[in-house]
Amino acid sequence: MKADSAGWTAEGRMAAAYLAVALAALLGGVATGLLQALEYSGINLYPKLAPVVRSYYHGLSLHGVLNVLVWTTFFISGFLPLVTGWSLGRPLAGRGLGWIAFWLMTAGLVLAAVPLVLNEATVLFTFYPPMKAHWAFYVGLTLVVAATWLVTLNLGLTVRAWRREHPGERTPLPAFMSLVTFIMWTISSLGIAAEMLFMMIPWSLGLVKNTNPLLARVLFWFTGHPIVYFWLLPAYVSWYTLVPRQAGGRLFSDPMARVSFILFLLLSIPVGFHHQYTDPGIAQAWKFMHAFLTFCVFFPSLLTFFNVVASLESGARARGGRGYFAWFLKLPWGDPSLAAQVLSMLIFVFGGIGGLINASYNVNLVVHNTAWIVGHLHLTVGTGVTLTFMGVTYWLVPVLSGRALWRPRLALAQAWLWFAGMVVFSNTLHRLGLMGMPRRTSMGAVPYMQPEWKALLPLVGIGGMILFASALLYFVIIAMTAFVSKKAAVERPAFAEALSGPADAPAFLDRLAPWVGAALVLILLAYGHTIWHLTFDAPFSSPGFRVW
Amino acid sequence: MSKGSVYKAELMWILPSIALPVIMLGLLLWAAIGRGHDLPGVEGTLDPAQLAKTPPFDKPGTFPAGPNRYQVNMVAGIWSFTPNAVRVPAGSTVEFAVTSRDIVHGIIIKGTSANVMVVPGQVTRFSARFEKPGEYPFVCHEYCGVAHHIMFGKVIAEAKK
Repeated sequence: MKADSAGWTAEGRMAAAYLAVALAALLGGVATGLLQALEYSGINLYPKLAPVVRSYYHGLSLHGVLNVLVWTTFFISGFLPLVTGWSLGRPLAGRGLGWIAFWLMTAGLVLAAVPLVLNEATVLFTFYPPMKAHWAFYVGLTLVVAATWLVTLNLGLTVRAWRREHPGERTPLPAFMSLVTFIMWTISSLGIAAEMLFMMIPWSLGLVKNTNPLLARVLFWFTGHPIVYFWLLPAYVSWYTLVPRQAGGRLFSDPMARVSFILFLLLSIPVGFHHQYTDPGIAQAWKFMHAFLTFCVFFPSLLTFFNVVASLESGARARGGRGYFAWFLKLPWGDPSLAAQVLSMLIFVFGGIGGLINASYNVNLVVHNTAWIVGHLHLTVGTGVTLTFMGVTYWLVPVLSGRALWRPRLALAQAWLWFAGMVVFSNTLHRLGLMGMPRRTSMGAVPYMQPEWKALLPLVGIGGMILFASALLYFVIIAMTAFVSKKAAVERPAFAEALSGPADAPAFLDRLAPWVGAALVLILLAYGHTIWHLTFDAPFSSPGFRVW
Repeated sequence: MSKGSVYKAELMWILPSIALPVIMLGLLLWAAIGRGHDLPGVEGTLDPAQLAKTPPFDKPGTFPAGPNRYQVNMVAGIWSFTPNAVRVPAGSTVEFAVTSRDIVHGIIIKGTSANVMVVPGQVTRFSARFEKPGEYPFVCHEYCGVAHHIMFGKVIAEAKK
């Protein structure tokens, strides 16, 4: 398949459809986010918005679902199949299958969105029972998950067809990474699928009276931690396979990149208890095992850090960079797509360090469910992932629309604005968390305000306003690039070559079945006992409550 | 860059990348087991509809449990803690048993390391020490509905006379 300037190949149209839904969700997500940041700093806009956003918590539910569930999932389901097709030089195996997945995902989204918008599902994106939302919320989200399985199937069939056409060759890295990401996600989504199909849906329809809140939490976090890798690994796909060339260099090591993704496949899932360290009813030994495995995931993260930084360095040195650290200034900082992604990496480093603190067993008691966690999530998914995806769209939207990026200098300013806003916003939330301020709480209305919290809260509002301004700028640039900017022959970017290439990767890294088997064994070891015990010994004794 | 120097650079990064988390995990284990900073665990289950008949939650309140030790039986529910004020002499260690009568709640006590989830059907046990005289606010830190932010209480550590 030749690089196509207009972008309106079948794959391009599908990616554009996913991207349109993703961007609409992000717009709703950042708008509701602004309301929360303002509320923290003492400006309460909710009464003025009462018919649309009924309460702080209604807005918070919208913010979480739209940003972390819809924006991410739709972007990824459009982006990775596109990258896979390009890197294999062949169309996706199932074109019809691709569109079925898109429409199923969109139908699920609409079904979930109706109760969410009507304040019938103000349960936040974690929807812990026995808070009970309208059944359509659970059914809709389940359809979204089922649609992602169809994307996995399509990627799997496509890679298999390519392998038959190219016996003995290593799967190209972008396709390999995309497939591993979706396989990891599919295994991990079995937790939330089980929670929905066997617990939430029959319970919300009134077919069963009571539920088991702790089992639901365990199944939720079975999926809830690996889902962050489902958001993050597509950003890594860009950092490994596209950014090195955008920086003017080469990927440092292709085999090391494969090893890190295999380790993410093995280790992303059996770690969910690190979200439940403070839960009753789960034995400390199992919690410690999950702490150990979470620390193991730190290893492929460090491999990624090394490999990506070394790749950037190769680009900067090729451009005349010198010294141990000064080369960093020689990166092509004028390119908004690259600048956005390198800035997101810088922020993500601190997200990674914070994540290690969260995972640190008893140290977690200092930060659990405080504003620290909100600060952390905005460094990771809110910047490491989101600002990278924004950077990707700065080349992807021109490729899809056949128009030049509108006002690249403005796009550059947008990325820096996001970076600056996040530094203020997230740093303040981390500090508030260390001062014991709870997360997900209407701070403008608490009767227990502490003076040291009150002193810092205006900074949350200021950071939020900077982020919102950056987001608005982003949507203007994207809309102008998609529809107005001057027509141009935009080539899709080429994938980076590697210093140590795919030929150096041993064949066992390319056979996924044994690794999937090993991942399942690890999951069984880490979760088997607790899930069995909670299913058969712990009581299903909680009726549903509507508390909003 | 030659292939040999690529491998050497990889190895120089990989070895400390393994050593660092191993050392950190060892320190955590030492703190948990050696120093007693451990997490909540399995403490038994109950029926949230039968709390009035289920010890110790049939008698919520603060009870002496030995020299400088107190036992607090607490029930969380939308949108209050029972009891919502705990009075103990400064220098006391308080052992809490908490459960929920309805949905999932949480409790974090400012100025201590107490920070746990409260799940209906489960019992959460933890202890906290209140060394200095003064008020230690505790708040629900898990979203529990439209008035979640008014759910709080305080431990009052009274100066010894």
